[in-house]
Amino acid sequence: MKPETSATAIVRQTNVASRAIQITLAALLGIIVIAGAGFVQISVAHNAAHDYRHAMGFPCH
Amino acid sequence: MSLFRTIVFVAAVAGGLAGLALTAIQHISAVPLILKAETYEKAKEAQAPAPGAGATQNHDATAAHDDEGWSPADGIERIAFSTLANVVGGIGLALLLVALSEIAGGITNWRQGIFWGLGGFAAFTLAPSLSMPPELPAMPTADLMARQIWWIATVALTAGGLALLVFRRTLWTAVLAIALIVAPHVVGVPKPESFETPIPHDLAQSFVVSVVISSLVFWVLLGGFSGYVRSRLTAAH
Repeated sequence: MKPETSATAIVRQTNVASRAIQITLAALLGIIVIAGAGFVQISVAHNAAHDYRHAMGFPCH
Repeated sequence: MSLFRTIVFVAAVAGGLAGLALTAIQHISAVPLILKAETYEKAKEAQAPAPGAGATQNHDATAAHDDEGWSPADGIERIAFSTLANVVGGIGLALLLVALSEIAGGITNWRQGIFWGLGGFAAFTLAPSLSMPPELPAMPTADLMARQIWWIATVALTAGGLALLVFRRTLWTAVLAIALIVAPHVVGVPKPESFETPIPHDLAQSFVVSVVISSLVFWVLLGGFSGYVRSRLTAAH
């Protein structure tokens, strides 16, 4: 294998890994935000987002 | 800009705008129905025997938790918190939609975004609503945890099924995709002990329609805005 080819392959793999990590982090952040707005049963969160939960069809009390 | 920052930026703008639009739609559609249902809920609580005096049904016990602790006062305060919830929730859903779309190469324009939005609508609204129609306050419901688990599983299976249908082109993946989408409805939704409710059927029906239709508009806007903002960002670089 030529040196530059293997270097290119490493760069590409690093890019793929970096993309995967960034996509996963963004999706996890989204899940945490959705859980906070729609699912957490702490009284204050429930009462503040009550109408949103019903009006989005989320399961609520 | 790093991919993570691009996703967050696109989601913040698209989710924020779609959330604001949803607030306006809900204000004239779903929210008046919720307020009307609460009058039935309060009437039912007033009729109910004192706590501990033979109230054995689950939802009698859980109905009381609404009154616990702080809740926004009716009027401006309640509207403000609903707006906040819509914007925050919109950004959360946008983060998930935009992140997942990046796996497939990203949404390249507003028209493609509308189709991603329709996918979100099918997974997050249409599929769960088939077996678990959107519920008004005071409607009979099964255990909350069981319903949340069913709801999340249904959304995940439907989204997975749709992705398989669109991105894999073999017969067996298509068969698997349909099986995934059908499965949660075959298993069935957790059922309440009793279906007795003070909510008139007509009110419940109107609520289902208003939730599904307002969600459709929300998801189309969310996808469309996401595609538009992302295409402007990539054009600028």
